[in-house]
Amino acid sequence: MNRRHLMASAAALMTALAAPAYAQDEPLKVGFIYVGPIGDGGWTYQHDQGRLAIEEEFGDRVETTYIESVPEGADAERALTQLALAGNQLIFATSFGFMDPVINVAQRFPDVKFEHATGYKTAENVATYDARFYEGRAVIGTIAGHMTESNRIGYIGSFPIPEVIQGINSSFIHARKVNPDVEMRIVWAYSWFDPAKEAEAANALLAEGVDVILQHTDSTAPLAQAEAAGAIGFGQASDMAQYKPSPRVASIIDEWSPYYIKRVQAMLDGTWESGSSWAGIGDGEVVIGEITDAVPAEVKAEAEALRDAIGSGEYHPFTGPLNKADGTVWLAEGEVATDEMLQSMDFFVEGITAQIPQ
Amino acid sequence: MIQLVPRSGNAPLWQIATPVLAVLATMLVGGLIFGLMGYDPVAAIRTIFWDPLFGPASGYSRPQLLVKAAPLILIASGLAIGFRAGIWNIGAEGQYIIGAITGAAVALALYPLEAWWLFPLMVAAGMAGGWAWGMIPALLRNWFGASEILVSLMLVYVAQRVAAWMAFGPMRNPQGMGFPGSRNLQQYPSAANPELIAGTGAHWGVVAAAFAVLATWLLMSRHIRGFHIRAAGTAPRAARFAGVNPATLVAFCLGLSGALAGAAGLFEVAGPAGQITDRIGVGYGFTAIIVAFLGRLHPVGILLAGLLLALTYIGGELAQLTMGLPAATVQVFQGMLLFFLLGFDLLTRFQIRRRITA
Repeated sequence: MNRRHLMASAAALMTALAAPAYAQDEPLKVGFIYVGPIGDGGWTYQHDQGRLAIEEEFGDRVETTYIESVPEGADAERALTQLALAGNQLIFATSFGFMDPVINVAQRFPDVKFEHATGYKTAENVATYDARFYEGRAVIGTIAGHMTESNRIGYIGSFPIPEVIQGINSSFIHARKVNPDVEMRIVWAYSWFDPAKEAEAANALLAEGVDVILQHTDSTAPLAQAEAAGAIGFGQASDMAQYKPSPRVASIIDEWSPYYIKRVQAMLDGTWESGSSWAGIGDGEVVIGEITDAVPAEVKAEAEALRDAIGSGEYHPFTGPLNKADGTVWLAEGEVATDEMLQSMDFFVEGITAQIPQ
Repeated sequence: MIQLVPRSGNAPLWQIATPVLAVLATMLVGGLIFGLMGYDPVAAIRTIFWDPLFGPASGYSRPQLLVKAAPLILIASGLAIGFRAGIWNIGAEGQYIIGAITGAAVALALYPLEAWWLFPLMVAAGMAGGWAWGMIPALLRNWFGASEILVSLMLVYVAQRVAAWMAFGPMRNPQGMGFPGSRNLQQYPSAANPELIAGTGAHWGVVAAAFAVLATWLLMSRHIRGFHIRAAGTAPRAARFAGVNPATLVAFCLGLSGALAGAAGLFEVAGPAGQITDRIGVGYGFTAIIVAFLGRLHPVGILLAGLLLALTYIGGELAQLTMGLPAATVQVFQGMLLFFLLGFDLLTRFQIRRRITA
């Protein structure tokens, strides 16, 4: 063994010994930007729970930081850049409006991986993720259809975008399936989180004789209004358990932990790849919160059976025959909607008389 | 016994000293609050006020100060003129939003035309939009005696709804798959407002802000209209005798501050923000009110105050990132600044004397 060889093998040995030790000393830095405060009790709260789940799962191997209440637009771009400059290797941006800023910053930091919630633009180092909330809507739509006595259910929409329209259609289809007389009233709050506006919207619905309220906004205000009027509703984004057993008779919970843990694991393993994830009940990302005793046992059983059928992939909430509101055929008998159809959904299904605001 | 005795003249020393005192008091009380919350107060204050300027990542954050300060300075320069005349435009946020919309409308209508005159035309349209939105409270005050404070403020909420309508309706990106938000102007070369020199953060809005500081300083100190404004603010009756037409002055002040706010909106939407969304207004119009007062309604003061407020934004983010301080910190800081400024303002108009009671 000549001298050079010795040196080389010594160096190789050193590297082999040092590399894993180094990897363990330096935790993976994971950053988050949130559109709201972590105490909003809804959307951002659930994402932050996902962040805490990462910390619990990986302990010292990760270090997480977050910036909350980041306005969408220019501020988001700066916040993302600061996270990247601070050495975060994986960054989650948890609002639709962060989309273009994520793409811009990702171009400048090709070695940092980005994850953008609910958007549609990906890149080599930008993945997107979303949850199939419409699966949960089918379950609570079933409960709503059974529970309404006035045959009028109300829906507080946030914004007329595909995700929300999917939810309205899915809950309506399944409410009507169990109750052919059911009608749906829709009020747009034009906000994801605005207790005052949501309360106003709930009151407008209640005044129209609605006795079951579904919401795609994140505050508990509609539940408070429903309680005062003797109507019922559902928890949204988080469980909203303080309104159990009624008016909150069930809930749709956004559970991001499984996805976050999976993606951090991929980073640690060095197997992270860009892509678009759209997981639902089956993957544990959309969870139906406890259905309370305010719901009759057979309705509860039916709702749970539907949940399980969706979770196992045996049933898809958008299965034909289904027509659009204008009477034209959308899905033929037995046909199942594709993800592309759902992601650009801009129409109501037949039976909903409201118009989508343009 | 402590007694307040009105000063006979104004105290030039206190005019300059009170903003500095207010900043120091904010740091002190802010540090105290952080200490009580269990954070290291010295580190927190250093992170917010020092690190963005001279810290490890200051190469990025220094240019960002300009980006964040430019709209504040531009808007505050206009507001200060009105404030000195006793004309209270509280609705710069609305004028900012409308300016962004009218300016972007020009680009979106002509897309994908490339021409050198497009951007100047957008600036003109943005200013015209802001001006027009400012003229509504002006005319209502001149014709019906309506309070411009209330009208301009309420028009902010109208402007926000217009922005939502535009983002979801007429201005929605036809290639956006049904999602809200206009085309991204950053990707439209003739309409974009990019960094003029890479790495400086300086876009046309920064240039315009510098120009506004100079122009308003000349106006207030050299021009007869500046004299009228100052006269109307300090002695309205005397101003009338000096030939000031109050109606013209109201229209001038609201129109000018509206136009500058509109320009700020346009520079933002064509540059850092990129697109019209329902959340195009991120509060610059309101924060600019603090900037105007912190800057003593003087152009140079406004320049410094704008940079200081930008510092609290960027430093506040850094503090969240590195120390986990809550996002509300920034708002608390800005609130305290204004509070202490108004408190210490007492010293410019009153002397504190100790009265000896027998």
